[in-house]
Amino acid sequence: MQFESFAAFINMGGYAFYVWLSFGVTFVAMGIIAIQSFFKHQNLLKQVVVEQERKARIKRARKQQQAST
Amino acid sequence: MWKWLHPYAKTERAYQLCLTLQPWFWAGALLCLSIGTVWGLAFAPQDYQQGDSFRIIYIHVPSAILSMGTYVAMAIAALVGMVWQWRTAYMSMIAMAPIGAVMTFIALFTGAAWGKPMWGAWWVWDARLTSELILLFLYMGVIALYGAFEDKQQAGKAAGVMALVGVVNIPIIHYSVEWWNTLHQGATISKFDNPSIAPEMLWPLLINLLGFAFFIGAVTTVRLRNEIVLREMHRPWVQTLAEQQLANSQQKRAASQKSMKEGN
Repeated sequence: MQFESFAAFINMGGYAFYVWLSFGVTFVAMGIIAIQSFFKHQNLLKQVVVEQERKARIKRARKQQQAST
Repeated sequence: MWKWLHPYAKTERAYQLCLTLQPWFWAGALLCLSIGTVWGLAFAPQDYQQGDSFRIIYIHVPSAILSMGTYVAMAIAALVGMVWQWRTAYMSMIAMAPIGAVMTFIALFTGAAWGKPMWGAWWVWDARLTSELILLFLYMGVIALYGAFEDKQQAGKAAGVMALVGVVNIPIIHYSVEWWNTLHQGATISKFDNPSIAPEMLWPLLINLLGFAFFIGAVTTVRLRNEIVLREMHRPWVQTLAEQQLANSQQKRAASQKSMKEGN
């Protein structure tokens, strides 16, 4: 460990603001892109299922129409 | 090699490959990033001139190197798409663009936060900084151009041309510190025969570089899978896959709710 105490570690030799700002923004940005990609995957899968149901519904409606005429 | 590579042009094979690679990429990213960051922040020795502010190097340099690396990978994917007419190549191109843009943003932002205490300015219009900013605009241009077309095959071609033309910027970024007088310091670790950095400072940097690379790979696999699902929505294999995965996640949710109720 290069620092004598935890407080010195947080203080970063007087550069605390710049160092922690950089590391904070970096990992927040990486977290956002990772989480956004995962949520998009879930939404897309739901979209696929909804689309399938819609198609099935249209097919059924057509069949009914044909049967009634 | 072509025989081995060719099946991956099929979206289903590419999707499976992403699924296999993904856990390794995430594990590698988590491991390398945590080791490299803790080592760099707490255990690497201080810089004799810059004190502790130099620790920003452990995210600034990897993100800057890989912002260029991702761009080159994207351009290669665009070239493959154009020459062999692979739809999957265009898909991986557009899967890489957002994470590349994030890397460029990180490089610029951490550079600014490093420049303020060292140079006394958040931003200067110097060759290295300006060309890296242009790289960010190139990424944004590729993403925007791809989004502007309704027909995604057309979109891939147009964005691919833009990605290829933008490669010109990569050597400009790399040599900018030699070609022009700039505030930015010269290359440190790309001179492998004689790196001008102490080994105890270099090791965490290399580990973090690897960690960022794993992270980019991991996000790319997720986004490529997204792109495949979006484009192949009407294929039967995608439809069965969606049903299975949604059923799985619903089961998990039901199980966790049940265990929570029992806990209460």
